[in-house]
Amino acid sequence: MTPLQIQLPTWAAVAPTLLLGLTALVLLLVDSIDPDSTRPTALAGVATFGSLAALAVAGWYLLAGTGQQGGAIELYGGSVVVDGLSLFFTVVVSSVVAMVSLASYDYLRDRTYQAEFYSLVMLAATGMSLMASSGSLATVFVSLELASLPSYALVAFLKKNRGSVEAGLKYFLVGAVSSAVLAFGISLVYAVTGSLLLSDVASAIGSAGDLVGVAGVGVVMIAGGFAFKTASVPFHFWAPEAYEGAPAPISAFLSSASKAAGFAVAFRVFAVAFPIDAVVPMGIDWPLLFAVLAVVTMTLGNFAAATQENVKRMLAYSSVGHAGYALIGLAALSGSGPNGNVMGASMAHLLVYGFMNTGAFLFIAMVEHWEIGRTFEDYNGLATRAPVACLAMTVFMFSLAGLPPFGGFLSKYALFYEAIQGGFWWLAAVGAINSALSLFYYSRVVKAMWIEDPTGGFDLGATPLGLYAAVMVAAVGTLLLLPAFGPVVETAQSAATALFA
Amino acid sequence: MIIEALIAITFVASMAVLLAPDEWAGRLAAALSLLPIVGSLYMWSRFDATGNALTGGDPAFETTVQWLELGGYTLNWHVGVDGIGLPLVVLTTVLTTLAIVSAWASIDDRQSQFYGLMLFMEANLLGVFTALDFFVWFVFWEAVLLPMYFLIGVWGGPRRKYAAIKFFVYTNIASLAMFIGFIALVFGLGDSVSSLDMPAIAGALRAGELGSLFGIPAATLRSVAFVAMFLGFAVKVPIVPFHTWLPDAHVEAPSPVSVMLAGVLLKMGTYALLRFNFTMLPETATQFAVPIALIAVISVIYGAMLALAQQDLKRIVAYSSVSSMGYVILGLIAYTTYGVGGATFQMIAHGLISGLMFMSVGVMYNTTHTRMVGDMSGMADRMPVTAGIFVAGAFGYMGLPLMAGFAGEFFIFKGAFESTVHAAMPLFTAAAMFGIVIVAGYLLFAMQRTLFGSFRLETDYEVGPAPLSETAPLAVLLVTIIVLGVAPDLFFGMIQDAVDPLLEFGGDLS
Repeated sequence: MTPLQIQLPTWAAVAPTLLLGLTALVLLLVDSIDPDSTRPTALAGVATFGSLAALAVAGWYLLAGTGQQGGAIELYGGSVVVDGLSLFFTVVVSSVVAMVSLASYDYLRDRTYQAEFYSLVMLAATGMSLMASSGSLATVFVSLELASLPSYALVAFLKKNRGSVEAGLKYFLVGAVSSAVLAFGISLVYAVTGSLLLSDVASAIGSAGDLVGVAGVGVVMIAGGFAFKTASVPFHFWAPEAYEGAPAPISAFLSSASKAAGFAVAFRVFAVAFPIDAVVPMGIDWPLLFAVLAVVTMTLGNFAAATQENVKRMLAYSSVGHAGYALIGLAALSGSGPNGNVMGASMAHLLVYGFMNTGAFLFIAMVEHWEIGRTFEDYNGLATRAPVACLAMTVFMFSLAGLPPFGGFLSKYALFYEAIQGGFWWLAAVGAINSALSLFYYSRVVKAMWIEDPTGGFDLGATPLGLYAAVMVAAVGTLLLLPAFGPVVETAQSAATALFA
Repeated sequence: MIIEALIAITFVASMAVLLAPDEWAGRLAAALSLLPIVGSLYMWSRFDATGNALTGGDPAFETTVQWLELGGYTLNWHVGVDGIGLPLVVLTTVLTTLAIVSAWASIDDRQSQFYGLMLFMEANLLGVFTALDFFVWFVFWEAVLLPMYFLIGVWGGPRRKYAAIKFFVYTNIASLAMFIGFIALVFGLGDSVSSLDMPAIAGALRAGELGSLFGIPAATLRSVAFVAMFLGFAVKVPIVPFHTWLPDAHVEAPSPVSVMLAGVLLKMGTYALLRFNFTMLPETATQFAVPIALIAVISVIYGAMLALAQQDLKRIVAYSSVSSMGYVILGLIAYTTYGVGGATFQMIAHGLISGLMFMSVGVMYNTTHTRMVGDMSGMADRMPVTAGIFVAGAFGYMGLPLMAGFAGEFFIFKGAFESTVHAAMPLFTAAAMFGIVIVAGYLLFAMQRTLFGSFRLETDYEVGPAPLSETAPLAVLLVTIIVLGVAPDLFFGMIQDAVDPLLEFGGDLS
C-alpha cells in the first residue's frame, strides 16, 4: 500500500505569500466588525498568528524541498517563481513580522488606527515575500512598490510626532526617486533584450551588440533601485532618519525584513538575469560595482555609527554597515567560482541578522515604552533594573559585532570565509576590520547598561509582556542559530547554487 | 557524552543562578558547581586515554559529530581529553567552586549576576580545555572573555572600567592575530585537510604538508603563522612585554575573580601555546628557541623584579604570576619530557598556588580594607589561620619541597637543563633559576612586613579571624597543593604519557 500522497495544486506554492496577504484582509475585517473599539489583543493575535502560519508553511516547503528538487516552480508564465531562495527569504520576513507583531501589541496600546497599522505591516510583508519570488522585472517593480508604499505610511505612523512625519516624508521622497530610477533601468534593459522575464533577459543580453552601453546603464540603475531598498550607499541616507523617526517596531521591521527582501530580489535579478559569464566580458562588470558599494557601505556605516550619541541612530547606521557585509554576497562573485557558496553565506547572515537586529530595535522599543531616553547616557545602569532584558540586548550587541558564542559570529565567519575561498580575500579583510571596529560602538551600549552607574532613578512600570516576549524570542533565536547554523547555511547555499545552475 | 554533560550542566546552572534571587544565589551557585567537580573527578577515575590527542593518540570521552560544512571544510563538534586536558579540567572545576565560596563574604551587590557569570565562565573554560576542533575551541576561547569583562567591569575596584576595557581590547586583538595566523596555516595546507579538526591539522603540519599561500613560500608562511599565534597566546599568558593588562585587571578585579584569572585564564595561554605552537609547528619552535627562551627568562626575572617593587600586596601576587608563567614557557621550549611535562604540571601548581595567594590577600582585604604592605603589620596576631595559610602558600610559590610548586619547578629545571634544542639552554635555565631568589626575596619581604611584628593598623573595622566560608576554601587549596606536591604522579603520569609523543618529530633534535 503506498503512503497517502496529497497532490497540492501548483498555485499552493505561493501559499506563504498568500497567507500574509490574507492576514492583512482578515485584520481589516476584524476591524470593520466594530471599528470604534480598539481590540489590541485580537489584532496583534491575528497578525502574529498569520505570520507564524506563513512561517510554518514556508519552513515546511523549504524542508520538503518544494521548488528545489526538480527545479523551481513557475507560475503566471514565470513571473512568479518559488524556489529555495524565495522560501528562505519568506522565512526571514515572516519570522521578523511575527516578532514585530507580537511586540507591537504593547507599543500600540492606547493608540488609534491599530488595525491599519497591522494591515499595513502585513501588506508590506506580502510585498517583501513576493519580491523574493519575482521572476520578471515587472513583478520586481510591482512587489517592490507593494513593500514600499505601506512602509512610507508606517514610518510616518506617529502623525503627531514631527520626527516621525519628517522621516516618512524623507523616506517617501527618496523612495519615489529610487523607484523612478529602477523603472527607468528596467525599461532600458527591456529595450535591449525585449523581455522582462529574467531568464529571457539572460539569454538575450549576450547578443546586445551595439546596445551594450544602454544595457550597462540599465544594470547600474537597477542596482541603484536595490541599493535604496537595502539601505546601501549611495541610497542610504534616508535610513538613519527613517529608522530614528519611525516607531521602533517599524524600524526593526524595515531594517531587518525590508533589507532582506531587497537583497533577495537583488540576488535573483543579478544572478539570473545578468549571468557573469555573459555580461562581464561585454564590459558590464556588476560584481565590481557591488564590491565598491560593499566596501564603501560597510566603512561609511561603521564610521557613522561610531560617532552617534543616540542608540537608535547608532543602530540605524550599523544597519547600513550590515548592508555592506551582505553585499559581499553579490560582490565576491566571479565567472569561475563556486558563487552559490558566498551568496548562500550572505543569505544565512541575513537570517541571523533578522533575529539579532529585530531584537535590538525591539529592545529600544521597550526602552521607549519605559520612557527612559535615547542616548547612551540614558542607558547607564539599566541592567540594575532590568537584568534579563539587558542580557538579551547584550546578546544582540555582541552578536551584531560578531563575537562568539552568538549566531552573528558564525554567519560573519561563514561570509568572510566564503569570500576568501572565492579569491576575494581583500573584501573579507575589509569586512573583518570593519567588524572589529564595530565592537567599539556596540560595546558602548553594553558598557552603559552594565558597568556605568545609573545617573538617576528608573521608574520602569509594568513589564510590557508582548514586547518582552518578542525580545526573548529574538535572543533565544540569536543564541540557537550558533549550533543550528549548519542546516541554515546548507539550505541557503543550495538555494543560491540553484540560481547559478 | 560526559564532557557534553559537564558543559551543558554548567551552562544550565549559570542560567538558573542568574534567575535566582540574590539572597541565595551564592549558595545555589556553590551547590550547583559541585556537579562539575563530581563529573571531572569521575572522568579522572575512568580516564583511559593513551598518548597525545593531537598526535594520533586516543583521547578519553571523545565525541565527534559533524556540525556544518563550509567551502569544503567540515566543522565538527569534536571534544575529548588527554593527559594534558584532564588536569586542567579538574583544576577549573575545583577552583571555580572555591572561588564561588570565597566570594560569599565579599560580593554583596547583584549577586545572582555575579555567580551566574562565574558559572558561565566555567562552562566555557571547560570547553576550551576539551575542544579538539579549532572552531569549537575558538568559540569557547572567545566566550571566556565576555564574563571576565563584566566581572571586572561591574564588581571591580575604582578603576574597573579602564581595567575591563584594557583587558577586553588586549585579549581580543590578540585572539584576532592568533585566528589569522591559524587560518593561514589551514589554507596553506590546501587539500591535505578537509576540516578544522585539530588532530588532523596537527598531523598534516607535522608531516610537513604545508604549501605556499598567495605566493608566500611555505617556510615563511610557517614562521609568520607561528609568530602570529605566539603573539596571540603570549598576551593571554602574559609574557613581557604584553603583560601590562594583567596587573590592572588583577588589582581592579574582586578577589574571587582574580583567583579565576590567575588560576585558570592564564593557563589558557600556555595550554594553547602547547597545543598549537609547540605541538603543530615543533620545528619552527626550535628555530625560535633562543628568542623564546630569552622571553621566558626576561619574564621570570623582570616579572619578579616588578613584584619586588610593589607596595600593593595584590600587585605583588599579580606580577609574580608573570614570573611564574615565564617558567612554564621555559619548560615548553625545552622540548624534553620533563620540560614540557613539568610546564603542564606547573600550570596546575601555579593555578592552585596563585589561587591560594589571591584568596588569602582577599580575606585580609575584606577585614582590613587595605592591601598596602606599608599599612599592614602583625596580621598574624589577629588572623592567625589566614596568616599561616598565606605563609604556606608563599613557601609553595618559592618552591618548598613537598608542595606542588616544587614539583613543577623541579621538573622544568631538570627538563630545561637536559634540553638539546640549543646549546645555550643550560645558560638560560641558570639565569631563570636566579628568579627563585628574587621570588623568595619579595615574598619574605612582604610577609615580614604584613604578617609579623606588632599589630598597628589604624582602621575603623574590627580586624579578627575570617569566617569559615573564607577559610575553608583556603584550607582545601592548601591540602590540594600539598597532596600534589607529595604525590605529583597523580597527574604527572598521565601528563608524561601525553607529552612524550610530542617530542618525536623529524627536527634537528637528536
